[in-house]
Amino acid sequence: MITYSFLQHYWWFIISLLCGVLTFLLFVQGGQSMLYSLAKTEDEKKLLVNALGRKWEYTFTTLVTFGGAFFASFPLFYSTSFGGAYWVWMLLLFCFVLQAVSYEFHSKPGNIFGANTYRAFLFINGVLGTFLLGVAVATFFTGSAFSVNKENLLNVGSAGGSVISRWENPFHGLEALGNLRNWCLGLSLLFLARTLAALFFVNRLDHAALVEKSKKYVLYNGVPFVIFFLIFLVRTLFAEGFAVDPGSGIVSMEKMKYLHNFLQMPIVLVMFLLGVAAVLYGIAGTVFKNDFRKGIWYSGVGTVLTVTLLLLIAGYNHTAYYPSTYDLQSSLTIQNSSSSEFTLRVMFYVSLLVPVVIGYIVYAWRSLEKKPLSMEDLKSDEHAY
Amino acid sequence: MEILNASLVNWSRAQFAMTAAYHWLFVPLTLGLGVMMAIMETNYVRTGDEKWRKTAKFWQTIFGINFAIGVATGIILEFQFGTNWSNYSWFVGDIFGAPLAIEAIVAFFLEATFISIMFFGWNRVSKKAHLTATWLTILGATLSAYWILVANAWMQYPVGMNFNPDTVRNEMTDFWAVALSPVAVNKFFHAVLSGWGLGASFVVGVGSWYLLKKRHVDFALKSIKMGAAFGFISFILLAVTGDGSAYQVAQKQPMKLASMEGLYKGKTGAGMVAFGILNPNKQAYNDSIDPYYFKIELPKLLSLLGYRDINAFVPGINDIVDGGYTLPDGEKALSFDEKKERGQLAIQALANYRKAKQEGRDADAAEYKNTLQENYAYFGYGYLKTGQDSIPHVPLTFYSFHLMVIIGFYFILMFAIVWYFGHKKKMESAKWLQYIALWSIPLAYLAGQLGWIVAEVGRQPWTIQDVLPVQAAVSGLSTGNVITTFILFATLFTLLLVAEVTILVKQIKKGPEI
Repeated sequence: MITYSFLQHYWWFIISLLCGVLTFLLFVQGGQSMLYSLAKTEDEKKLLVNALGRKWEYTFTTLVTFGGAFFASFPLFYSTSFGGAYWVWMLLLFCFVLQAVSYEFHSKPGNIFGANTYRAFLFINGVLGTFLLGVAVATFFTGSAFSVNKENLLNVGSAGGSVISRWENPFHGLEALGNLRNWCLGLSLLFLARTLAALFFVNRLDHAALVEKSKKYVLYNGVPFVIFFLIFLVRTLFAEGFAVDPGSGIVSMEKMKYLHNFLQMPIVLVMFLLGVAAVLYGIAGTVFKNDFRKGIWYSGVGTVLTVTLLLLIAGYNHTAYYPSTYDLQSSLTIQNSSSSEFTLRVMFYVSLLVPVVIGYIVYAWRSLEKKPLSMEDLKSDEHAY
Repeated sequence: MEILNASLVNWSRAQFAMTAAYHWLFVPLTLGLGVMMAIMETNYVRTGDEKWRKTAKFWQTIFGINFAIGVATGIILEFQFGTNWSNYSWFVGDIFGAPLAIEAIVAFFLEATFISIMFFGWNRVSKKAHLTATWLTILGATLSAYWILVANAWMQYPVGMNFNPDTVRNEMTDFWAVALSPVAVNKFFHAVLSGWGLGASFVVGVGSWYLLKKRHVDFALKSIKMGAAFGFISFILLAVTGDGSAYQVAQKQPMKLASMEGLYKGKTGAGMVAFGILNPNKQAYNDSIDPYYFKIELPKLLSLLGYRDINAFVPGINDIVDGGYTLPDGEKALSFDEKKERGQLAIQALANYRKAKQEGRDADAAEYKNTLQENYAYFGYGYLKTGQDSIPHVPLTFYSFHLMVIIGFYFILMFAIVWYFGHKKKMESAKWLQYIALWSIPLAYLAGQLGWIVAEVGRQPWTIQDVLPVQAAVSGLSTGNVITTFILFATLFTLLLVAEVTILVKQIKKGPEI
């Protein structure tokens, strides 16, 4: 039976899944952040850029889909968060604009600013893009200072205007940097992206020195990732969370709310733990086994699972997924911020096309990745970056 | 609390307009060049002629450079609905978000996935698989345009929706009415064809440059021949869809049509201005100053194009503000003041409804809901003050429209001549025509920009026609925030544009490897 409630939960699952897939695909950004450290020679830099350059569009498209799906399914989030945490989102978009041109432009004659500038763009996108995304997602657990009052729309011509969602401080999202837990998830995402990138290079490159070094980078980045993630996770599980009364819709603080969510949804907990285990297996296998090159797939699938399920505990089980610390009752839940039943149903049917999309992505990925990428491949490739 | 003011609205509009204008510099070339490039590769697969492969690959390189910056400018547009138009995002997100999501799921992924095979798959997949990838890339780009234009068309002509006073937003009731709105379908063909026309102008112009330099002559003649035929057909069809657009505007946005024509006082059997100069001293719709210094009119044409009847009455700006004329359905047109009154009634009824619901007065609530529904069509007018507020910027709309039309007809003529010269094998010797074709490239870009100015400036003051004006749609930001991001993105896009143009010029100078 497809009820309104089912559709709201279904769409929160899709949003969470998209965020999980996006996080996995941020290995592109992670790789960009290592252009100056992992690669030493010009040839090595070129190889890294070309390995990543065949994948950047997937990350970019997933980000666009994430935005579009959020708009269609939870428009109040779109208006509240994007219009309120203005600077975080604008800086994030700025980073992605820099990335979009850099692969295509950086080795082309006449690019004015020189290859190093475009590599710097890629580096900025790699570091800032992942970190800011982590900080933005952390606010799903730590909250932001906003208010929502739909009746503001009726204030025709008044001094305060008719703005429904208002950010209640002048920093417009930058205040999130004042919260250590937000930093932890931001740094965790940055190091996860770098770990995944190193795993990707181990899997993709036919270059002994880079593969060997990448294995070391898996360890160097995997350790801080685990530390920052654990701090964020433990702190979140034992902190107060934003609970919603299912009858009245009133939001209140509940101790260990997110831990309770895990315990009250054991399947989510088991899958989450499986995800974490897969991430760690991918890392450990690569570090400790010499000929193990499939770490990216274990850690990749693990990342998708972990992030998806982490977001499920933010929105499921009567929880406000985008909480307001300024006015608890303005907090967004999957019930009060979603689109109408009709729209969610239409979009549900559209989402049935997703397996087709995944099918042709797999086809395209495999077509181009029949063997690891080497310098020889770049010499014969007329479209090499 | 940050004060909402006019400059915030203006800067938010400026930022969106700047981003959209940059985006539309790159998208049309992607759409047009993509199709021609796919036809060239089809020729290669069919004939096995290596020259076609190299020709297709050359244009593919140009396509790739252009595609990247198109993507870069596009992402900002999607997110700006949330960042700068937050009220809008809630008020109509239930309807407007769906086409954007569908665009990403069914179109952008198709384009972004197969483009990687198109670029990197020449030596990795079979010839036919590569050709399929190329066609799927351009199909994805075109489908992407469709869904974006569905969203835009809905802002011009909101259909398939119902206002829900409990959620204070519009909600979709008929997906197919939104997805297949006549405004959307027409807009799609008009916009995509303008991309094809621009792509053709680019190919013919660049080919002409090679002829002027006496380089890659075979390649240039092949490209010009295909580009001229493609461009001629595109511009003929553009005229047809342009007529369709004007018809839709006449029915759904009469104020926009009146502004496009600088028509203040309506008349039966109205003529269309072929050429005119507006009087800049005209400041208000109801002053006594003649709106024109000078004009040449084609008799009865506006009535014919707008209403398919040479004697139809075309309302002018004054008529629309003052009301009282007879609409095509026989009803009497309301004046601005009447619409404003009904808009205020709707807004007040919404306030009363919500209060009554809170206090459990269900009978009263039902009555207020009724009042709201009866007057909802004019909801947005409740936010406006005077009739003047409901009029778009007439000179900008007028000149943009007329210049666009003139450029359109110019291209029909130019492509016809180039096609003829190509067919008679005289193109190589016609230096004057080569110069014309080369220097016409910027005109194709200009026409596209002008078209969007007509569509978007002509829609003002509305974000959603008659339902939500711009001042009620904007986010609660300080003007300084928006000015800063405007400068940030304007600088970045300008630098990237300069880089893109320089790269394109270098690639063109380098030429195909034939």
